[in-house]
Amino acid sequence: MALNASAISVGDTYQEVVAENLSRTQLVQYAGASGDYNPIHTDTPFAQEIAGYPSVFAHGMLSMGMTGRMLTNYVGDGRLTAFGVRFTRQVFPGATLTAKATVAAVRQEDGQHFVDLALSTTNQDGQEVCKGDASARIDP
Amino acid sequence: MPDDFSFPVESGHVMLFARAVGDDNPVYRDPEHAASTEVQGPIAPPTFVQASYHWDPNASYPRPGRPWRGSAAGPTGLPPGETSSSGRGLHAEQRYIYHRSLKVGETLTVRRRPGETWQKQGRRGGSLTFSEEISDFYNHAGELVVTATSVAVITGRAVDP
Repeated sequence: MALNASAISVGDTYQEVVAENLSRTQLVQYAGASGDYNPIHTDTPFAQEIAGYPSVFAHGMLSMGMTGRMLTNYVGDGRLTAFGVRFTRQVFPGATLTAKATVAAVRQEDGQHFVDLALSTTNQDGQEVCKGDASARIDP
Repeated sequence: MPDDFSFPVESGHVMLFARAVGDDNPVYRDPEHAASTEVQGPIAPPTFVQASYHWDPNASYPRPGRPWRGSAAGPTGLPPGETSSSGRGLHAEQRYIYHRSLKVGETLTVRRRPGETWQKQGRRGGSLTFSEEISDFYNHAGELVVTATSVAVITGRAVDP
């Protein structure tokens, strides 16, 4: 189901918990599905002893992919026209992430309605891990 | 273009990818359900084009007969003295522009091009070098489906968490 321009206002929010106690296995799952086998995400001896990190940490694109799930659940399938994020903090195993969209604008272009959203995904300590924006085609 | 490559959007791959990001939406895996929706058939999740990396001729993964930088008997499989820069390179930003729905069953042509490069002093990671890479994904009709811009940052040292 797509959003209706008449039913939303600037400042409205929608959020979902997109990861709970994020597992190392899910990082392995994402590595395999995406093809990003950088060992800093799945290989603890490499991450700690070679790269100098406290542990493995999630692919930024996993956080973005999970944020995308919240987004498509909100705006509907196949409705996104733009989606971008900055990765502002690393996500470690055990993280619980909440992805939130805030309506920044509802606009019309050539008769088509669009919503612009501000995105923020935060961890269990309230720290932002992804910050970005998205736009989607919506119904009148 | 010589560096272009083909990226088949395959149903099993899309199912695995959706599962990996925790997205159980049946529009990504169930043709019957997807046929009943506005998109009229299975589509891929918004960040799926990232998985085109599997088809990139320059993709990095463990292969027979080649040393791999991940741990094996020791913390890295690279020979002594050979270092990997991968631990310092991080994905800083990613942007997508969607021109049309990414349909399962299509084969896309991926064309990569460099974007801008810039430097900045980081608060936590020392001197930072950012570089953009832009990937255009075209369908068989030559129509642009997705434009992806990836911003990588090379840090002077491991980034504090």
